[in-house]
Amino acid sequence: MEFRAELKYSQDHEWVKEEDGVVTIGISDFAQSQLGDLVYVNLPEVGDEVVVGESFGDVESVKAVSEVLSPVTGVVCEINEEILDAPESINEAAFDAWFIKVKDVTEYDELMNAEEYEAFCAK
Amino acid sequence: MELKTPLYDAHVKAGGKIVPFGGYLLPVQYETGIIKEHMAVRTQAGLFDVSHMGEILFQGPDALENLQHMMTNSFKNMVDGQARYSPMCNEQGGTVDDLIVYKKADNDYFVVVNASNKDKDYAWMKAHQFGDVQITDVSADYAQIALQGPKAIEILRKLTAEENIPSKYYYATFDTEVAGMPCILSKTGYTGEDGVEIYLPKDYAEKMWDSLLEAGKEEGLIPCGLGARDTLRMEAAMPLYGHEMDDEISPLETGLNFAVKMKKSDFIGKKAMEEKGEPTICRVGLKVVKRGIIREHETVFYQGQEIGHTTSGTHCPYLGYPIAMALIDKNYADPGTILEVEVRGRMIEAEVVALPFYKRG
Repeated sequence: MEFRAELKYSQDHEWVKEEDGVVTIGISDFAQSQLGDLVYVNLPEVGDEVVVGESFGDVESVKAVSEVLSPVTGVVCEINEEILDAPESINEAAFDAWFIKVKDVTEYDELMNAEEYEAFCAK
Repeated sequence: MELKTPLYDAHVKAGGKIVPFGGYLLPVQYETGIIKEHMAVRTQAGLFDVSHMGEILFQGPDALENLQHMMTNSFKNMVDGQARYSPMCNEQGGTVDDLIVYKKADNDYFVVVNASNKDKDYAWMKAHQFGDVQITDVSADYAQIALQGPKAIEILRKLTAEENIPSKYYYATFDTEVAGMPCILSKTGYTGEDGVEIYLPKDYAEKMWDSLLEAGKEEGLIPCGLGARDTLRMEAAMPLYGHEMDDEISPLETGLNFAVKMKKSDFIGKKAMEEKGEPTICRVGLKVVKRGIIREHETVFYQGQEIGHTTSGTHCPYLGYPIAMALIDKNYADPGTILEVEVRGRMIEAEVVALPFYKRG
């Protein structure tokens, strides 16, 4: 199980990276391992607003569908179309397979650092 | 409180992700994941613990007549060792369960039922028995292991003599052995692939499981969980109780006409089926045209008009696209018809396709 030190994490198992006012969001390695083989991803469109704690998309494994909750409020400025065609890349490298990038961020969920998040997952 | 199968410890040791199912704790998958497990069964071989299934004996001079009365299929003219699939219906023509009847010998039948229905089935059978028959639930004595896949028989040959292996589908060898352990060896399965199901005394289960895995190493045999069992049966379009059939759905609606012998003098549910006449709904296969996955209990539309609901659905690992089964108004059931399925407020286009989705070559 990987916990990347340079990232922040939400209680809903998303990872967050901020760079020059743009927030990149994905799901954690722990999340992908719990979900199992992913076969489908649904993402918002560029320009859509995302809201803290609300679903912005979903991931489906062979067995089940799970919502992906946004750790920030803002406007989607880019989506990763590669994961739409290759959802398995999330299983292979959860921290490289980002979902969306968000700008104009006005609110953040309470986020954990890697150490705190690792302890949170161990509960 | 869920029960553990005799192989519970083996699953935990092998990294199985344990979930409750049909009153038992069983692995939904191992560390390999559902897709790899599914593909192993389609291309090499997979091993399943299906010890949760129920086993019920029908013995005595009136055993056959009881089966003829309770089940929709006919078991006359079966030879020893032969197996036959059948629904068991209630008076309204709904389905109590679907099961397999094996003829061990005259007056001696071995019936295999779904885990989640076992107690209901046994009570139903006892309530409807007549004449000289002993109906006995022997589920607690048996473990069941399914070895499935194109390499299954090759693996089995390492552990037992050729004459012990049934040569035809839906035949079984009773009182035989595999790896020196007593068992019933049945050429049946729930994957759409070649293979066997092994019924054996529960104390041998772990040793049999290990022996099979060891023997199949070279052929790529891996343990598989309930997740792959479900996707495999869906790809092969095999109905599952509680999905494609239940107490309200007749086997004729599920499309199991081959196992409903309306010419039989009588069976429970026949009268209701005759009175209802030709079903107005039927089971169809759906293939998603673009993107999206359809699950069970979604509403199906034809040009905005509600025509039925889905009963199962998933992404098919082998075929590589999402499929579903649905019970719909039969006027819209022709292959090629484009329907829409509402999934979380979004319409997903799906085409009616012929069943099964997958058939082994």
